[in-house]
Amino acid sequence: MTALPTRKLEAFKYTDLRALESISFAEPQAAPAPQSLPDLGIPRLVFLNGVFNESLSSSLSFVESFAPITEATTQPLALINAEHAQTGLTLNIPAGTDAGAILILSHASGAEPFAFHPRHRIRLGQGASLTLIEIAKGEGVYWHNPVTDITLEAGASLAHYRLQDESPTAFHLATLRATIGADAAYESFTAIIGAKLSRTEFHATLTGPGAHTHLNAAQLLGDAQHGDFTTVVNHAAPNCTSRQTVKSVLTDSARGVFQGRIEVAKHAQKTDGYQMTQALLLSPTAEMDIKPELQIYADDVKCSHGATIGALDPEQIFYLRSRGIAEDTARAMLIRAFLTEALEPVTHATAHTLFETAIESWWAAK
Amino acid sequence: MLEIKNLFASIGDKEILRGVNLTIPDGEIHAIMGPNGAGKSTLSYVLSGREGYDVTSGEALYNGQNILDLTPEDRAAAGIFLAFQYPVELPGVGNANFLRTAVNAVRRKRGEPELDAVAFLKLARAAVKNLHMQDDMLKRNVNVGFSGGEKKRNEVLQMALLAPGLAILDETDSGLDIDALKIVAEGVNALRSEKFSALVITHYQRLLDYIVPDKVHVLAAGRIIRSGGPELALELEAHGYAGLEAA
Repeated sequence: MTALPTRKLEAFKYTDLRALESISFAEPQAAPAPQSLPDLGIPRLVFLNGVFNESLSSSLSFVESFAPITEATTQPLALINAEHAQTGLTLNIPAGTDAGAILILSHASGAEPFAFHPRHRIRLGQGASLTLIEIAKGEGVYWHNPVTDITLEAGASLAHYRLQDESPTAFHLATLRATIGADAAYESFTAIIGAKLSRTEFHATLTGPGAHTHLNAAQLLGDAQHGDFTTVVNHAAPNCTSRQTVKSVLTDSARGVFQGRIEVAKHAQKTDGYQMTQALLLSPTAEMDIKPELQIYADDVKCSHGATIGALDPEQIFYLRSRGIAEDTARAMLIRAFLTEALEPVTHATAHTLFETAIESWWAAK
Repeated sequence: MLEIKNLFASIGDKEILRGVNLTIPDGEIHAIMGPNGAGKSTLSYVLSGREGYDVTSGEALYNGQNILDLTPEDRAAAGIFLAFQYPVELPGVGNANFLRTAVNAVRRKRGEPELDAVAFLKLARAAVKNLHMQDDMLKRNVNVGFSGGEKKRNEVLQMALLAPGLAILDETDSGLDIDALKIVAEGVNALRSEKFSALVITHYQRLLDYIVPDKVHVLAAGRIIRSGGPELALELEAHGYAGLEAA
């Protein structure tokens, strides 16, 4: 197996994967269907321990069978995935088709630690559109190492909403790579709530003029959780826009990481790139590491980034309490308010409710 | 009725209030005037329960109950309202959501039924209209991007909706032009009743032309050094605090 990346690699400086080495991960066993699975009232594709379960899933004409892969990158996690990938989703939305909304649900459970490496491929033809909601959940100790490759042809539009709500003893290392063509739009939001250790790594390449992406995330972490949201946005064509708003709420001794790089190629003039990351530390032992990077080779661009780390403002809490609002409710309101900008791309009502509920129950459990 | 008895309070080692005695019967409006650093804002914060102030002795009874042991939210439910000198901005919190959460929290504690969204909006829209506020005030984030006058009107809007028994207005006139001042004063006067009393903290006599107090008190160096009728405010305006303190 390709070795796990170590902290000597710049991209993994803040995320130590050694905990994975001390666990012996078995092959996933067939899992019985869980008693209840989220039903959002939209077509659903269910994976149990990484294996597609047809009887729990809706039948969709866009779904194609899994095909073997050859992996041509040096990204260690994608290479490990390629060595093991035997299943995954291939979604092909034909040109001009509005495929509506689809839920991809991953549920993991097993008595012994196990690992699974799904490989998903999502392709939208010219002018096609899709809302994709992903939920990852589970119980027990496992390592979920999905790789998702996304291709948007000219004018296509994908809204991608992801809820990482894995078991508190799980490892979740997701790699997503999106190629976004001319005038296409990739709008994404990821909520990072579960797993003992997680990393979500996005590579978005804007390949045609007028391409647009939103790579937003909210990390809500407590106990000794570690969450890493890493993005690389590559402006490879002129007149493209990218937006990233990443918000982290950390309590107990949780640790959050955001690494965001914007690359602008020499010919990618009139690039408009914006990145903002803000963290709210609710305890003195929580930690946030932020590394914004801009690599700009073009000379006529608008690129900016900002980062703040702070606590809840006691003045705001007092203001709310002086109006009769209980302290706990006041804090919940301010945390929800803090997350608002990150949720901006979530325009789909079902997805919005899903995240509202997840945020509320995260706070209620604190 | 509010009864403040021999109230001492400090911030850290610094004693700010040094034995304040003050009684405001139901239905009355009292004004507190005084120079900078006299302890006016401290008094308003101590009464509303802001953290960071140590009450070292004395008590403040509201309708017979010592409020100094209550949380700020319980004081609000008991009927005490502080209009802030500098209203706080809450980015990401919608004004309507904020107001409804507050109104229902207070109603719940007072044993009154909560208002649903429709009933609340009806009430809120009427209050907004009374204060000559723009309709979109309810849709905007709390105090974010509000002008000084809009912020103060938003305080009066909150006061109208929370229906307090005792309002403490901390320099509500600061930063207001004369038109906004009149509107704010009308908002306060509209609440005047036998069940409503107010403590109006101000530097200037001007506000008291519009909110006419029953009594005026002068706070200096943490104590009330003089009390009188509305004419005391005029005297202060003419001669300043300096002569008074010397007396």
